[in-house]
Amino acid sequence: MSRTIEIDPVTRIEGHARITIKLDDGGNVDDALFHVTQFRGFEKFCEGRPFPEMPSLTARTCGICPVSHLMASSKACDKIMAVDIPPVAKKLRRIMNFAQLTQSHALSFFHLSSPDMLLGWDCDPAKRNVFGVIVEFPDLAKMGIRLRQIGQSIIAILGNKRVHPAWMVPGGVNAPLTEEKRSQILPMAEEALELALKTFEWYKGQTSNFAEEIEHFANFPSMYMGLVTEDGELEHYDGFLRVIDHAGKILHDKVPTDNYKDIVGEAVEDFSYMKFPYYKPMGYPQGMYRVGPLARLNVCDKCGTPKADAALAEFRALQNNSGPVTSSFHYHYARLIEIIFALEKMLELLRHDDILSDHVRARARGNRSRGIGIAEAPRGTLIHDYEVDEHCQMTKANLIIATGHNNLAMNAGVKQVAQHWIKDGKIEEHMLNRVEAVIRCYDPCLSCATHAMGKMPLHIQLTDASGKVIDEMTRG
Amino acid sequence: MSKVIRVVTLTIDDQEVTGREDETILTVARQHDIDIPTLCFLEGLSGWGSCRICLVAVEGVPKLLPACMTYCSEGMVVHTENEQIKAYRKSILELLFSERNHICSVCVSNGACELQALAQKCGMDHVSLPYRFPSYEVDSSHNLFRNDHNRCVLCTRCIRVCDEIEGAHVWDLADRGINAHVISDLNAPWGDSETCTNCGKCVQVCPTGALVQKGTAVAEMHKRRAFLPYLNAMRGNHG
Repeated sequence: MSRTIEIDPVTRIEGHARITIKLDDGGNVDDALFHVTQFRGFEKFCEGRPFPEMPSLTARTCGICPVSHLMASSKACDKIMAVDIPPVAKKLRRIMNFAQLTQSHALSFFHLSSPDMLLGWDCDPAKRNVFGVIVEFPDLAKMGIRLRQIGQSIIAILGNKRVHPAWMVPGGVNAPLTEEKRSQILPMAEEALELALKTFEWYKGQTSNFAEEIEHFANFPSMYMGLVTEDGELEHYDGFLRVIDHAGKILHDKVPTDNYKDIVGEAVEDFSYMKFPYYKPMGYPQGMYRVGPLARLNVCDKCGTPKADAALAEFRALQNNSGPVTSSFHYHYARLIEIIFALEKMLELLRHDDILSDHVRARARGNRSRGIGIAEAPRGTLIHDYEVDEHCQMTKANLIIATGHNNLAMNAGVKQVAQHWIKDGKIEEHMLNRVEAVIRCYDPCLSCATHAMGKMPLHIQLTDASGKVIDEMTRG
Repeated sequence: MSKVIRVVTLTIDDQEVTGREDETILTVARQHDIDIPTLCFLEGLSGWGSCRICLVAVEGVPKLLPACMTYCSEGMVVHTENEQIKAYRKSILELLFSERNHICSVCVSNGACELQALAQKCGMDHVSLPYRFPSYEVDSSHNLFRNDHNRCVLCTRCIRVCDEIEGAHVWDLADRGINAHVISDLNAPWGDSETCTNCGKCVQVCPTGALVQKGTAVAEMHKRRAFLPYLNAMRGNHG
């Protein structure tokens, strides 16, 4: 008999989602679908707008990763202008992106996911949140909050706003870095690096507590995609696309970002507003790949900074150095390494001799009819693909969002967790928590992925073989 | 024989002031540092009186009057702000915001827009009317400038500056009422205009992000209007 259980507070994912778990006649899980039920239509209402507005317009897709959209969009606009932007502008854009990576990863790890890991899967939902963590683990919570604060503050120092700064513009950035601002940022970045290293040391000691989750949280072979530098190092701003298979073999390397369509296709399913990107040579749905921190660390040869590389060696050991790290639970681990990397790189860039240069913007009108901008957002590869008319007004926009790339893998992850924890055809609190938590590993931003808006309750339905709803739970 | 212009004494907000009888309430108020908000009015251009933001109350007159179009007279008692005037100004702004697509956060004039500043000044923090969301085109055909009808408030400053200062008279209003819109030449794309001199005065006097320089990103369009009093002085105009 159907029942609905209301759970408060609202679940800690970013978006509006529903899950359907289908049981076979024996009461075992046959399939699980992750439905994203929101629609926003950004690509459509951008049409007709002048392309220089696109960075700020598309940044409104999201309040958590606006910098990522600013960056990918500005890069697409640079291409339409057909300019190579000043080197210092690239460095400054990178610095803001590293600040964004720090704040977003800190949010995902501390505010959204640490309550599960620290307070336990069966903890009272009213306490299983960042406030519960503050009560039980005040020192750790303070570190997390401070890390995010530093990331946000650096964004505000550079762009005069924490959320939706308009600093990145087509052709570069609209104001140079001043000595005063640099001297504000440097000690903050140094403090943040210390906090990140401390967190990493602590977390390494915790992983043994989650052996069962590591084993069953979207732990399956898949391909991985991410940007790497020409030398194969970890990259978030420029570089080339690389795709590796489940064993770590490179399938595609040095793919210029303009050629992304050679490897990425987009499929549509009627049960979700989120598209299903897939690796084109493999077809759909076999072409499942993952993006984001886990994928980036799997595809790169090395990070390129000393502390992050030391941490990367420990990350590789999680899989006994035998290939890509496969459990999505280790997205958390990868996130902490990326924070270390981001801060090391940021400090390096801030100390460059030319970083205070005034030459931070190239000026040109639209010279090409198409521009593709690709960058690594905290959640993975972000693609902005624009077309403009002869007056440089948008005729077409296609945004492929990090969370979208992970859609197939999230569905597979939900199914794996459901199959492992649903034993008797009933939904119990701890099971729901784990289903949520496997989604949370990917840190999905469904608002971005559907370019949609809405609150994010989680709704799980259990249906029998005939499709009849036999149990359901809603939270939010 | 030229007409004799008299000096009159009037009261604005309990302050006794003097002005010439061919001066408007707005001019005299500003001469005495009394603030009256305006939108279509711009010092140096002829009055138009279309936006009604500068409405004031004159004792003995049953309706509110636009300060930019009402001349001073002896013994006049003027109030520039009361509850009714405040409510009218907010309503006018709500109507303007709901009429076209004024999306400040993604507008090139964000932070340097007179309409936005007025809304802040007059306390218009939300729009109670349903938005119309019209589909207006953006005319980017001009080599240097852009006309985004979505952001236009029909103040006609562009029409007046082009006619009165530049002398080109590129701009005009077409259609009526809710369908009224600014056109260049005989409704040709701006880039095809044979009369436009590319001077950019219309762009600089536009109060919003309707007429802008191309290549500006969000919040980068800052208008420069210092030319207007200079040109008026050089040409012997008295505004």
